[in-house]
Amino acid sequence: MTTTLPAYDEVVARYEPVIGLETHVELGTNTKMWCGCPTDFGGEPNTRVCPVCLGLPGSLPVANKAAIEATIRIGLALNCSIAEWCRFARKNYFYPDMPKNFQISQYDEPLCVDGHLDVEVNGETVRIGIERVHLEEDTGKTLHVGGATGRIHGATESLVDYNRAGIPLVEIVTKPIPGTGALAPEVARAYVTELRDVIRSLGVSDVRMEEGSLRCDVNTSLNLPGEEWGTRTETKNVNSLRSVERAVRSEMLRQASVLDAGGSITQETRHFHEDTGDTTPGRSKETATDYRYFPEPDLVPLAPDTAWVAELKAALPELPRLRRKRIQQEWGLSDLDMQSVVNAGAVELIEATVAAGATPAAARKWWLGELSRRANETGVELADVGVSPRHVAELQGLVDGGKLNDKLARIVLEGVIGGEGSPAEIMTNRGLEVVSDTGALTAAVDEAIAANPDVADKVRSGKVAAAGALVGAVMKTTRGQADAKTVRELILERLGVQG
Amino acid sequence: MTDLTRLTAAEIAGLVATGETSAVEVTQAHLDRIAAVDEQVHAFLHVDTEGALAAARSVDERRAAGEDLGPLAGVPVAVKDVLTTKGVPTTVGSKILEGWRPPYDSTIVERLRAAGTVMLGKTNMDEFAMGSSTEYSAYGPTRNPWDLERIPGGSGGGSAAALAAYEAPLSIGSDTGGSIRQPGAVTGTVGAKPTYGGTSRYGLVAFSSSLDTPGPCARNVLDAALLHQVIGGHDPRDSTSIPAPVPDVVAAAKLGASGDLTGVRLGVVTEFTGEGAEPGVMAAFRESVEALAKLGAEIVDVSCPHFQYALPAYYLIAPSECSSNLARFDGVRFGLRVGDDGNRSLEEVMSLTREAGFGPEVKRRIMIGTYALSSGYYDAYYGQAQKVRTLITRDFTAAFERVDALISPTTPFVAFPIGARTADPYQMYLADLFTIPTNLYGGPAISVPCGLSEGLPVGFQIMAPTMADDRMYRVAAALESTVGTFTPPAL
Repeated sequence: MTTTLPAYDEVVARYEPVIGLETHVELGTNTKMWCGCPTDFGGEPNTRVCPVCLGLPGSLPVANKAAIEATIRIGLALNCSIAEWCRFARKNYFYPDMPKNFQISQYDEPLCVDGHLDVEVNGETVRIGIERVHLEEDTGKTLHVGGATGRIHGATESLVDYNRAGIPLVEIVTKPIPGTGALAPEVARAYVTELRDVIRSLGVSDVRMEEGSLRCDVNTSLNLPGEEWGTRTETKNVNSLRSVERAVRSEMLRQASVLDAGGSITQETRHFHEDTGDTTPGRSKETATDYRYFPEPDLVPLAPDTAWVAELKAALPELPRLRRKRIQQEWGLSDLDMQSVVNAGAVELIEATVAAGATPAAARKWWLGELSRRANETGVELADVGVSPRHVAELQGLVDGGKLNDKLARIVLEGVIGGEGSPAEIMTNRGLEVVSDTGALTAAVDEAIAANPDVADKVRSGKVAAAGALVGAVMKTTRGQADAKTVRELILERLGVQG
Repeated sequence: MTDLTRLTAAEIAGLVATGETSAVEVTQAHLDRIAAVDEQVHAFLHVDTEGALAAARSVDERRAAGEDLGPLAGVPVAVKDVLTTKGVPTTVGSKILEGWRPPYDSTIVERLRAAGTVMLGKTNMDEFAMGSSTEYSAYGPTRNPWDLERIPGGSGGGSAAALAAYEAPLSIGSDTGGSIRQPGAVTGTVGAKPTYGGTSRYGLVAFSSSLDTPGPCARNVLDAALLHQVIGGHDPRDSTSIPAPVPDVVAAAKLGASGDLTGVRLGVVTEFTGEGAEPGVMAAFRESVEALAKLGAEIVDVSCPHFQYALPAYYLIAPSECSSNLARFDGVRFGLRVGDDGNRSLEEVMSLTREAGFGPEVKRRIMIGTYALSSGYYDAYYGQAQKVRTLITRDFTAAFERVDALISPTTPFVAFPIGARTADPYQMYLADLFTIPTNLYGGPAISVPCGLSEGLPVGFQIMAPTMADDRMYRVAAALESTVGTFTPPAL
């Protein structure tokens, strides 16, 4: 297809988008949802399995209380009502990564309903309605071998790893989100970011999109102003925060071009491609899927004790949005500065760096400056850049103590990222400490003055700015390890000039 | 010398405990009996000779070491092939699991082993426990020891026939709509369906999860109670298992055996004692009711108006659950796989496997259930059936406000000839007409032999409130004390 996509500005001028998000979060419980198998990521294929999570004949599920508790806490953090009585249901469909050929999920009786999550976009608060939060089990992972696409069609062999099968999975579904206009992609991203932070603050999941412990499906539709909402598509395979934003935008552009051409949108599942930023149709289903939901007869209904729920509610941690407001005040940041900290995903990192002894300003400078740059270059999350908040605080301490200048500090940082040890160790091992021995420096200064008599004369005659060349020469002979400010002062002093 | 196969379980346990015989001798006697008659009866799908003798030796060693053995130590047990047995084939009477050796023991089997009973092997059954004659076994029918041309009931025909043929003194069955009680009735043996949740379903290959109940089978009431006590009780691996102790069924059976039912009120279910049952069955039932009255029981008529809808409700609920439970049999992870020649798609292989692996009755129920759960039909079928289930439960609760237990014949007819009802599924389904309401309610019920009709056994059913399993044992033992037990003609 060689359709030229319309410009984004024109699209949002003509159409109103409605978005919706379905997010799956793998809980970080020690054991799986229905059995005692461990849940850690990784592990040789099919080693974390038992008769229950393999769905062997005769095996039965028993619900994991920790997973139920985590789901209720997520629901409470999202301002949901917690059901006094609810049930699990079977979702029936055949797929080899699902050992029983049905998934134990929840259908018309979810554990948590009707909540909201406030997110900040461009300084505005947008309230996202939460339709439901329910608990289900994850499937195994299928690896299709031999096909061109890595998908089941065309594959010569399919291998299944059931380690993931039965890991507790929480599904969080928003209500439709209309009225966000041109900001729809950013709202989608802000929501997933906020949701991730909320769940992380609860300590119930590591919510890592790249490892699949947080997965997101994005629903998008367009309608003309004043008309009914359009047909929506569901975009899957959205594996990063950036992709959430790109997927909405890309789908808005695609749908607009279809509608502009007089076409209509097909309700379908689409697949997001990280490389091109496009979506393509998922596998078309010849017939509508009928999951034949019915209450799971192997499990008794859930009736969370109201006193227990109240206890869980009272024990919720400070949620990210409130925490951010508090921190912003403590750090004395403007709204805009705080927003950039949040956007960079640096709140916790800066907080930890401050806790390790750095000033908020210095911590912010490192994380938003040098470290963000490196994260972008290498395409990793800021937290995974390879430097801990403790290291950053230590590094700043060396700078503050005059042992490192900015340039040397950056070199030391390289060493930390390269796994050479702590900043102090690297400084010592590599001999990077600022030369502060005035005797040695004076010798270098005298050498530079002697080697550049013309420049020295200029300085003596009052052209103080010319001293820069002498500073450069000293820095060169000391291999950058001198403190430039001290060098400059020494030069002016030797030449009898006031700085 | 005593024929060890003719003894009761209690007697065998006593002889083993005192050292008058050994578990190995008892086991060998039963293995010999199986070798002699099972070619005719076909009660067993798999005889675990080595495993049984090893278990028996272990019991003898423990006794010799002075260990305190349980009340059934050294007693052989036959286990319906619906329960998983570690390393021992478990087929559920289906081709789709042919050759499957489970990597784990069901809770029931685990408890049987812990109690020192000796598992002889796995008994024949209708495929996936769907049937009332054992004719739907993929491995050929079991024959009734009373008349080898007749069915032994089903689905647990193997477990019942093994008792009647003296191949085992005890066996385990599972009852979803009558699969313990109806075979018990037509083979002249005792079969008890415990309260749902009173016995663990962990390791019971599911047919209909909300109905399946494993339970004891024996040749007399006390033996059934002893077995019930051993296998019953809470199991944390089954979420629907009731966290309460097993009612004292052994004490109740002993109390009943004294023959005094003074103060016990029994309700004859009027819906099950009119037309619909054979005259010979009704005659034996009526005589037994009179016998119970003579023992002091007060007999009243009780109407349970919704029982007439139990059969249709059951044939929506059970197939619905089975359509989902049996989805896992797809050839991917275990059991049969057909058509995997490298050229066929996964869907084709799954489809060919299920086509070849399931028999016609299983397919029929999967189709009915799939339909009943479909979008647009759910409310009219599955949803409606669940409402009927609630009404039936209310009939039971209302009845138990008036009486201690309900009574009826177990099944409307005595053992029918092999082949007589396979052509018409509905005629087959009628065999469970009187047993199904209990499963929908979840309470316990027992079938105890009460007489003969044209030389074939008739079963008497006692239904009790949930977790009042002891009550039915008391009445059953009282009835047994007056009508006696029934011995089939020699094979």
